[in-house]
Amino acid sequence: MTIDIVYGERATTGVDAESTAGGLWLSADDLNRVSGWEFKPQGFCKGDVCVPVPDARKSEFVATQRYNLAALAGLLGQPVVTDGEFNAWCFGEAAAERRRTLTSLDAPDFSLPDLDGKMHSLSDYRGKKVFVVSWASW
Amino acid sequence: MPIAIAFDSGGNAATEPWIKAAKPSYPCLIDRCHLVAELYDMVNVPTAVWIDERGKIVRPSEPAGVTDAFRKMNRTNFSIPTDAMAELQAKRKAYLDAIRDWVANGPASRFALSEPEVLRRMHTPDDAQVRAAANFRLGEFLFERGQAEAAKKYFEEAKRLRPESWNYKRQAWALEDPMKPGGPEFWAAVDSLGERKYYPGPEDI
Repeated sequence: MTIDIVYGERATTGVDAESTAGGLWLSADDLNRVSGWEFKPQGFCKGDVCVPVPDARKSEFVATQRYNLAALAGLLGQPVVTDGEFNAWCFGEAAAERRRTLTSLDAPDFSLPDLDGKMHSLSDYRGKKVFVVSWASW
Repeated sequence: MPIAIAFDSGGNAATEPWIKAAKPSYPCLIDRCHLVAELYDMVNVPTAVWIDERGKIVRPSEPAGVTDAFRKMNRTNFSIPTDAMAELQAKRKAYLDAIRDWVANGPASRFALSEPEVLRRMHTPDDAQVRAAANFRLGEFLFERGQAEAAKKYFEEAKRLRPESWNYKRQAWALEDPMKPGGPEFWAAVDSLGERKYYPGPEDI
């Protein structure tokens, strides 16, 4: 089946996936494309971080050519919200990860567009004091 | 360097008139998904965070020089009593003065907080609150895909899971009707706060 996956700020539409009770199985390429994770001998890895999969539970995470993104989310403590009507899955950030990031006091980086579509990252302004302030039209 | 972030799922169409009118000399960025609100645990606007040259947070998310003065507004003629207005202006001035002091004095400024004080003041999300964020994100995604009706239940769930988020409430209302964020539902929600603040934050900056 074809589904849409929102993974943090990244949204990927038209992903070929197999949905089962408690599972969302993707190819290795799609796993990486939608989430940034890849499966290696040491477990699921993203950048320098690897999350080992318990041997006794490996079948929950890995099948022939398919990887269970929902099971990985469970392992990481991520919230998952699904819409059956529109075949959309949304994976949020785990509370523990948010807490870890914020309490490090390292300002989380972000990249957002201005009105002209030009992207600005917080990290572009490293070396300056930055006053980040929110507003809204509503 | 100020960076203004618009939490606005309406994107350029919603924000452009305001930005053009302000003629900002600093970056004004459009955050359709409220990403920065999630990253810095912000639940209202205007909320600010101070970040030093090393990329360290020296003041966590806090209301940026505002008070609850608007709650004393006469809802017929929109006037705010003089004493409430004076309190708001004093708070705004104190906040702007604090920013200038930090710009001039860096870590020696008493407004650049120590790490323990930043951590003491900082709120971090729990499981229900990150679930609220995921619901809001899915609602925003469906809305952007033209599924406004389907989006509603996720906005509702986000509001239920994180009732203190005015961002969720007012953004969802705005997507239904641009007048709704200042309408009867808003005032009913404000009134239901009772003694609680709309802009909770440290009394003394």
